[in-house]
Amino acid sequence: MRDSLRFLLNDAPVELSGIDPRTTLLDWLREAQGLTGTKEGCNEGDCGACTVGVTRLEDGVPVRRAVNACIQLLPMLDGAAVTTVEAIAGPDRQHPAQAAMVELHGSQCGFCTPGFVMSMWAGYPDGPKPRAEVADMIAGNLCRCTGYGPILESGLAMHDLPAPDWEVDPAPALAAMDDGSLTLSGSGCTAFSPTTEAELAALVDAHPDAVIVAGATDVGLWITKRLDEPATLIFVNRVKGFDRIVETDTGLELGAGATYARAAAALGRLSPDLGELVRRLGSTQVRNSGCVGANIANGSPIGDGPPPLIALGAELVLRKGAAERTIPLEAFFLAYGKQDLAPGEYVSAVRIPRPADPAALKIFKISKRFDQDITATLGAFLIRVEAGSVASASIVFGGMAGTPKRAAAVEAALVGRPWTLETVEAALPAFAEDFQPMTDMRASAEYRLKAARNLLLKVFHESAETKPETRLVGAGALA
Amino acid sequence: MTAPGAIKGGVRAPQRHDSGHKHVAGAATYVDDIPTPSGCLSVAFGLSPRARARIVSMDLAPVRAAPGVVAVLTEADIPGHNDVSPNAYHEPLLAEGGEVHFQGQPIFAVVAETHLLARKAARKALIEWEDLPAILTIDDAMAAESWFEPPYVMARGDADAALSAAPRVIEGVMEIGAQEHFYLESQAALAVPGEDGDVTIHCSSQHPTEIQHKVAEALGEPFHSVTVEVRRMGGGFGGKESQGNSLACICAIAAKRLNRPVKMRYDRDDDMTITGKRHDFRIAYKVGVDEAGRIQGIAFEQMARCGWSLDLSMPVADRAMFHADNAYYLPAVRIRSYRCRTNTCSNTAFRGFGGPQGMVAIERVLDHIAFELKADPVEIRALNYYDRPGGDRVTTPYHMEVEDNIIHELAAELIASSDYAARRESIKEFNAKSAVLKKGIAFSPVKFGISFTLTHMNQASALVHIYTDGSVHLNHGGTEMGQGLFTKVAQVAAECFQIDLDRVKITATHTGKSANTAPTAASSGSDINGMAVKNACDEIKARLTRFAAERWQTTPEQVRFLPGRVAVGAEEISFEDLASAAYMARVSLSATGHYATPKIHWDRPAARGRPFYYFAYGAAVTEVTIDILTGEYRFDRADILHDCGKSLNPAIDIGQIEGGYIQGLGWLTMEELVWDDAGRLRTHAPSTYKIPTASDRPDMTIRLFAGENREETIFRSKAVGEPPLMLGISALLALSDAVSAAGDGTVYPALDAPATPERVLRAVDHVRGRPWETRR
Repeated sequence: MRDSLRFLLNDAPVELSGIDPRTTLLDWLREAQGLTGTKEGCNEGDCGACTVGVTRLEDGVPVRRAVNACIQLLPMLDGAAVTTVEAIAGPDRQHPAQAAMVELHGSQCGFCTPGFVMSMWAGYPDGPKPRAEVADMIAGNLCRCTGYGPILESGLAMHDLPAPDWEVDPAPALAAMDDGSLTLSGSGCTAFSPTTEAELAALVDAHPDAVIVAGATDVGLWITKRLDEPATLIFVNRVKGFDRIVETDTGLELGAGATYARAAAALGRLSPDLGELVRRLGSTQVRNSGCVGANIANGSPIGDGPPPLIALGAELVLRKGAAERTIPLEAFFLAYGKQDLAPGEYVSAVRIPRPADPAALKIFKISKRFDQDITATLGAFLIRVEAGSVASASIVFGGMAGTPKRAAAVEAALVGRPWTLETVEAALPAFAEDFQPMTDMRASAEYRLKAARNLLLKVFHESAETKPETRLVGAGALA
Repeated sequence: MTAPGAIKGGVRAPQRHDSGHKHVAGAATYVDDIPTPSGCLSVAFGLSPRARARIVSMDLAPVRAAPGVVAVLTEADIPGHNDVSPNAYHEPLLAEGGEVHFQGQPIFAVVAETHLLARKAARKALIEWEDLPAILTIDDAMAAESWFEPPYVMARGDADAALSAAPRVIEGVMEIGAQEHFYLESQAALAVPGEDGDVTIHCSSQHPTEIQHKVAEALGEPFHSVTVEVRRMGGGFGGKESQGNSLACICAIAAKRLNRPVKMRYDRDDDMTITGKRHDFRIAYKVGVDEAGRIQGIAFEQMARCGWSLDLSMPVADRAMFHADNAYYLPAVRIRSYRCRTNTCSNTAFRGFGGPQGMVAIERVLDHIAFELKADPVEIRALNYYDRPGGDRVTTPYHMEVEDNIIHELAAELIASSDYAARRESIKEFNAKSAVLKKGIAFSPVKFGISFTLTHMNQASALVHIYTDGSVHLNHGGTEMGQGLFTKVAQVAAECFQIDLDRVKITATHTGKSANTAPTAASSGSDINGMAVKNACDEIKARLTRFAAERWQTTPEQVRFLPGRVAVGAEEISFEDLASAAYMARVSLSATGHYATPKIHWDRPAARGRPFYYFAYGAAVTEVTIDILTGEYRFDRADILHDCGKSLNPAIDIGQIEGGYIQGLGWLTMEELVWDDAGRLRTHAPSTYKIPTASDRPDMTIRLFAGENREETIFRSKAVGEPPLMLGISALLALSDAVSAAGDGTVYPALDAPATPERVLRAVDHVRGRPWETRR
């Protein structure tokens, strides 16, 4: 068991002991290392000004990921290679992402620029991509000056420039650092970073009040915004197999530590709408950190993962010590802030059945902005029509109640009836039985209810033979 | 050495931003990046959680006892004035008299070893409150007549008589939401104490001179004790014209008291809670038109939510009135303005400075007229434009003649190049066939007045040195916030001396070098600082010319500055050799430059004059698609034609146009600020306040209108900072057009701003005869 944290910073090894495990990577870079190229824009993972590259071995291959340094807690970086904007240029020329941004007037005030450059640096090895995917690559980076045009152009043009020939393969150094568990203590906080699930289970059981940290896209804000001072942290990101993605003919099993970024393709194969939802969930940086299982475990009523997974009939594997139990995902959410989770128990895995018809699952996420916005209301509909009648309906909403919740009354109003506009319209009043949503800064109660009803109408429109245009963004959107 | 033909980087060159290569490398230094002297402390404010309340008791002992705390300061600890107001009206730095006036008002300041420790300690105060009645909304303020001054009126002709006589009268009310600046770099300042009473301030400010004044007054020292330096800001947009005063003052006070460097930056949530925003407005209109849609008379009631203190609200509200006409001749007009005093953050300057609010209202009026008359909105607009120069219909509501009108030509060119008419037809066809998605298209023009409406602010100063190797040190009062001002002004210096741009050193704005300066605001940066620099360069050139003529025994007319060299009669000498020779002959190679904008005057009590030196013009066509079941929308295409006169730097100008358009589009669509019933801002972070992202950008075509400024501005260019923001109005109008398509054309959408998906859906249901209301 190590008591010092080790990682690479710009190719140089770093070893830290006695440091407060709640320290964010951003604060450490700027205040302890004087690496002020990485900027603080919002300190909550929403603007991308602090984007840095984190490289780890994924299936033995080094993979670059852009992350928000402001909500990366230092222990999450154990065994990784961290790259900041100061270190990406070669000895005598800029990285193509930098060169393109300078050439094409991609910076004005320049404060967001290092973050954009690092998102582009992380995406560079994937090779040229269409404009829409360039937009996805930088959707987690806000710019208030340019209007984005020159930055999008830079994301395209960087591949026309000579490739870097100075970069060092971090694989050997990364492999050498992968050597077991870490316990880091400092400033009255102890952090555990186990590497086996048995260790993890024992730690959670022994420290039932500990905060379990996966991607810290939520926990990070407890620390940076609420200014919480949790005494015990358990990090799951180095647990072997906890990030597994097991795809079979019958479904998908995700270890609770599988990030949205890594699971995106497999989720998209379960359902195109699910793939589109994941594309819009958070941002590249958030999906690189945030985990599907953790998005469930935190119990948020506006998490985007649960409604479609409930509609698909997903199950959760919960573990306490050596004991496992499996429950329907739907049963996990008991009330606002309360889940079916015993002290010392944690979410270990998610099992998602593969739908017979991937296109049958319809998902609509409504927010003020398409990219990187928290849902006002999200509807997932899996309606099976046989011989013109509704054979089954699984309709689940987020943002409409204290938990992700099925529209049981609406489902009842549909099942067994002919799939017609009359049936759909007759079912609309049932939404008010299922949901009494709240008014907040994202939307009014009236809008949420109105939009929810309209989404059922939209599902009906989309089932028409005439295939009307109904989508504004994503695959299948109006050209 | 320069090729004889032309210098590199003179005016008109699409020169890259001077700091671009540093931005991309993380090597451009912002205030919080400056390596601090040892012992540097950090400050955080303790903020009021109440909109309006009396402090019954306040126990700061837990704050003082918190880890890392060095000092806790209240109003009693301020040696000079407890005031950060940019005008004569009082605005306390720290709450005084035991009362708070908005949620987020700084009450005390914690000085601690680190930023995080200061933030943690600031939350530990134990305060007992007695809530007092708060005035939160425009409704509240209008009912209570809570105004900073009596309603101010601008008028020409008899609006009431014209309305009575008009064949048709159309009325409406438009709500126009506020806007957060969301500069990516939050407010920041660093104070380093010096000898005697001196202090040096590094800060992120558009107005170093005002920072100097406010810090000196807070310390009780003369202005010469304070030196302010600003290399660059990570965005400003008006939000750093006055809102940085508090940080600089408290850092200076703490630095002098503790004799240690002290810095402060607002955490994003604090920044959004404390600082002012673009004013939200309600504008009621009543317009009389003839059967063709030509305006006969119009009356506006403009209600601006100013917040708890005056800040810059008077000139902001004035500018909303100055732009109530936009590009249209209003034969009989009355604009009445109410400056509402509310217990909310003190709204402030924001790109356009009230102009956008005035302009969006008249555009709404034109749109409404076209709808009621079932006419094409473009034709209705063309009918109402100010006449071309020399016409009869050229006088503004403030009695200034529009002498430089080019909107007819500019609009016609854009209508043609954007293929507006054909697209309007194809959209009609699309909408007829599409049940769920509807498209809309809209054109809107911009005419924006250039100059500070406070006449004395239209001045600038500069300092230029030539060193004996021929390299140049350039300084002026303008600040760099990303708009490329430093680059453009350096191009001016390079052009004047006919040397390559890289021979000109751009330096930080510094109150010790260029003094008594105006804020970098009102789009004036390159106009006035470019001219001040040109005047300084011209003075040195005159000395060099006299010297060369004397040395080579010729006349000054025989001395010409050519690229990289100077011709003296038949002889040529390199610029650096001339500089060196002049030095040896004891000729001064330094000069200050000053510029005062000519022709302008303004009589505020009479609401008459020529407040603007000239107007900048532009126009945009935007196409959108909406989903009538959810109210969601996307921006499909935008075509822009904009007037920069004869551009100093077309690349930078196009960047300003695109950025301005997207910022304007954000203001009117997805950017929504929400306050709750207790006056608390609920959208105080990017998690809840949504500015556009890359994928919200439509396909854009941006071109510069070919022309030049008829006034003698710097190389005949025009200001570009603010005007393009208002091109975004076309996005709101396009949404309204798409909403119309959801109905049968009998009900006007009256789409307010910001047109969030919720507002769009409500408007859709309104035009379909199924109205619903929300509680908030």
